Amino acid sequence: MRVHVDQEKCQGHNRCYALAPELFDVDDYGTAHELNGGQVPPELEGKARLAVSNCPEYAITIDEDS
Amino acid sequence: MSHPPVTDWETDFDHTDVAYAADPFPIWDELRAKCPIAHSDRYGGVWLPTTHEDVAAIAYDTDHFTSQSVIVTEGRPMAPAPIGIAPPISSDPPFHHDARRLLLPAFSPKAIAALEPFTRAYCHELLDAVEGQTELDAAEDYAQHIPVRVIAKMLGFPAGDADQFREFVTNTIESVDLPVEKRIENFGRLEAYLRDQVEDHIAHPRDDLTSFLLDARLDGALLDEGHVGGTIALLLLAGIDTTWSAIGASIWHLARTPTDRERLANEPELMPFAIEELLRAYAPVTMARLVKDDFEFNGCPMKKDEWVLLPFPSANRDPAFFADAGRVELDRTENRHAAFGLGIHRCVGSNLARMELQVALEVFLERIPVFELASGDPAAVRWSGGQVRGPRTLPLRVG
Repeated sequence: MRVHVDQEKCQGHNRCYALAPELFDVDDYGTAHELNGGQVPPELEGKARLAVSNCPEYAITIDEDS
Repeated sequence: MSHPPVTDWETDFDHTDVAYAADPFPIWDELRAKCPIAHSDRYGGVWLPTTHEDVAAIAYDTDHFTSQSVIVTEGRPMAPAPIGIAPPISSDPPFHHDARRLLLPAFSPKAIAALEPFTRAYCHELLDAVEGQTELDAAEDYAQHIPVRVIAKMLGFPAGDADQFREFVTNTIESVDLPVEKRIENFGRLEAYLRDQVEDHIAHPRDDLTSFLLDARLDGALLDEGHVGGTIALLLLAGIDTTWSAIGASIWHLARTPTDRERLANEPELMPFAIEELLRAYAPVTMARLVKDDFEFNGCPMKKDEWVLLPFPSANRDPAFFADAGRVELDRTENRHAAFGLGIHRCVGSNLARMELQVALEVFLERIPVFELASGDPAAVRWSGGQVRGPRTLPLRVG
């Protein structure tokens, strides 16, 4: 599984960083980006889905097959 | 100046009506199901979308709607677009982007985390002062003080001026039905206070947000005086009654819902989800826009210079967007709530507000694990009206 943050859509709500700091970080402007090239280890897949379903801007996508 | 009471919410609503302040949820639910965009001729024309879809669409549409003024009043803005009276909340693209970018680092999650120990110690101090009492007012004795103290520290203003800040909030944000002349006079008092603080910071620069803004540059030039003053006014005022409302409404919910209160006290790992759910269910802030030019939105003939309210709390209760929208579920795991707005004007202080709310609830539950509303009479709890809704008196019985 991989996650990706669309930085054009991200408005800095920081929900993903709060819920899954292992997978996301934020810069000084609050804009989020994925860590480790977006790779999600199997034990963090639940957290990745949680981040997606709490992003008010629909900025995070999951690719289940990579 | 008070307005006649509302008898028809679809065609003559007023967001400052006492019924709307006391309990707006059934009003929004009915409009959302039947209308769903209400209109009123009050305030020179104002629209009220109620679904998540419509509120989001307008929040994202900066081509047809301007943020030049975001508080619905009888008058119209005195400060021109795209900067507006209190940048960046009152600014439009492209100016908005850079004005906002100046502020973001001071409010990033990591910058805000550094303020947590101070906030926690202050919350304890407030409860020390009511230690041993069997009754307390959670709005007056506790919630209202927290954001005021923290923003005063961030701006480098005297903590002893807190009462004045609350007066400024009442005058600018909560007294919107006053005549324009009276509002201008109130703004004058705020401006005079801020001018003194700015002069003091020019004479004695220090490591705070006010000195930062006085030194900040856009396109290589210092910000003009109006921009600095407007931004300081925004930072001072926008975080006070909003966060006060969120803390108060959350305590109100826990006071009348013992199962949730006990659960939150016993399962601290629930706190991050509970905070978001309380923000969804009791989002304090309704924003506003002005229609730029005549424009038809979803069949509504919107006229230039009419207001459009953006009731984020109504969007947050839309059953088309949230499962069991009307129920408070502290462990809700899918929660794309819009309490801090949507799009480019996402609340710049959201990380600060969230930190204050979480710390305030943690300390309250730690110190006062058992509490309930002091009175069964709903009128004992007074809610602020207008665009920021929260309890202004919240008498509790403790222990």
